[in-house]
Amino acid sequence: MSQRVIERLQAQFGERIVQTSNFRGDDMALINPDSWVEVATFVKTDAECALTHFTDLTAVDYPEREPELPRFDVILCARSLEKRQRVILKTRIADGQSLPTLTKVWAGADWAEREVFDMFGIKFEGHPDLRRILLYEEFVGFPLRKDYPIDRTQPLVPYRELPGQVTKLAPFGQDEGQPWGRIEWHNRLEGGDRQVSPAIAVQVGQKRALSETSAGEGGAEAEE
Amino acid sequence: MEPIEDELSDEGALELPSEPMRLNMGPSHPAMHGTIRMVLDLDGETVQALDIQPGYLHRGFEKSCERGNWQQVFPYADRLNYVSPMLNNNGYAAAVEKLLGITVPERGEYYRVILGELARISDHLTCNGAGAMELGAFTPFLWMLKLRDFIWDILEEETGARMTHSFARIGGMAMEPTENLRRNIEELVPKFEKTLQECEATILRNRIFLDRLEGIGILTKEHALDMGVTGVMLRSTGIDYDVRKAHPYSVYDRFDFEVPVGHDGDNYDRFLCRAEEMRQSLRIIRQAVQQMPTDGPVSVADVRVVMPEKMNVYNTIEGTIAHFKLVMEGIKVPAGEVYSFSEAGNGELGFYLVSDGSGTPYRVRCRPPCWFNLNAAHDMLVGGMIADIIPTFGSVNMIGGECDR
Repeated sequence: MSQRVIERLQAQFGERIVQTSNFRGDDMALINPDSWVEVATFVKTDAECALTHFTDLTAVDYPEREPELPRFDVILCARSLEKRQRVILKTRIADGQSLPTLTKVWAGADWAEREVFDMFGIKFEGHPDLRRILLYEEFVGFPLRKDYPIDRTQPLVPYRELPGQVTKLAPFGQDEGQPWGRIEWHNRLEGGDRQVSPAIAVQVGQKRALSETSAGEGGAEAEE
Repeated sequence: MEPIEDELSDEGALELPSEPMRLNMGPSHPAMHGTIRMVLDLDGETVQALDIQPGYLHRGFEKSCERGNWQQVFPYADRLNYVSPMLNNNGYAAAVEKLLGITVPERGEYYRVILGELARISDHLTCNGAGAMELGAFTPFLWMLKLRDFIWDILEEETGARMTHSFARIGGMAMEPTENLRRNIEELVPKFEKTLQECEATILRNRIFLDRLEGIGILTKEHALDMGVTGVMLRSTGIDYDVRKAHPYSVYDRFDFEVPVGHDGDNYDRFLCRAEEMRQSLRIIRQAVQQMPTDGPVSVADVRVVMPEKMNVYNTIEGTIAHFKLVMEGIKVPAGEVYSFSEAGNGELGFYLVSDGSGTPYRVRCRPPCWFNLNAAHDMLVGGMIADIIPTFGSVNMIGGECDR
């Protein structure tokens, strides 16, 4: 259905279209990362391709095929409204290598590229606002990479400090009196010096409670 | 009493000092369906700048898919767009079938269409109902949800679950249609028509409701295409792109139905498009019920893909082996990668699947329609009033589970 686009691309770019395939009817062209934006602009603006409708941009991680082939596949799907044709463009980049952004070609690439950055750590040069989108900025690692174990837990994030902000913890709340609560009232009543839960205390560098420093005593076990 | 000074009596000249204000809307705000945060820079009541921050419902759908077998993705797929789970089921199943290169028997395809269109109706009912409710029209919301419950009754009778069905299987459906399906749908038709008419009579002549919808949240054709917008949001701008018509999949080319399109791309058009699409969906369902073969298999007869009958599992060695291999190893999908897409509640639901030939998906990329729709919503909201965020965001129909995955 979109073989026409592939032929047009081959005629226009020649060697720079590394490989084409038609698996189960999906026309795909593997292109050189250097001509990523050029090919994308061409398929959008060329009258015969006219792939004006942005569809998707994503990536796949293949760490095991290194070093023969670069690690990541970046995949772009686009379709044409008038011609009713679709094509998948693919390029391969190595770990740490960046790609030029497509946001100037299709504005819809904005969030798609942010998500690929968020999940794979692939940087897009020239992206107006490249920051994490689904995850939070303190997240360690890139979860859709194959070397990210699925059962990894992330460190507890301390409260963000903003300029001019007064550090405040709620004196009470829904978690009051619970083991995970911010304030351990029994500890405070017993004259302990710890104010917050163990997890936060470690991060903000608070002194550990006496009951925790001497092993096997008091409420430390009961808490856990 | 002192006389009012002359220059103050003209209200237009009253310039109150205002300074820009940064406002957090959400993540826990009644109008932010699901959970989503918007950071607004306001000048008075006008939105100057906007940062939409999704991700609060991120559960790692794509990562989770990479550890089970292909069949085990269905419960996750249910929870993408949890208002129309059957459509996600169908979309994912069709994607894997494309990768496998198999076709589902006719009866299974019709059954998928029927359940999927029922799910689409429930999706649009929720969106329109909730949108009306947020503008103060509570009664139509309750009527629509009542109707949605009738639809869920049918789905429950068919699949056993009201919301998260996990009913599709790779290669077909889990079970055959029940005997009551046709009668249940015929019983639904009068209720459906009555409810929709009543709801529209209540709100579509209401000046307040119209003022909040007409000309608000306008999306242009070019921008919609550029942003990758699909579904009702794209059709409201006047582009007749519906995957069911543009690239007919399943048995959609056998039905007589229309694709409603809007004109201006505003909230009003989106509301009407959804309302009309529900009627078209019901039309499809009624045709499908008539055309569906009364007997025959709903799944392919391939023991490498579909579980054998329990009778065979317990009584024949072939059945036992096939069952064992499917349970222990999963479906061995041949290596390759495909992009498959279908029309879900919010637009084009795409799955980019990569298989390495083992029984486990190598990569399951879900292209959620409302991810791109929400990205485009940014430009629909900036420059408008803060109160207009509610109807515009409502008509975008962001579903947290699908957007954040």
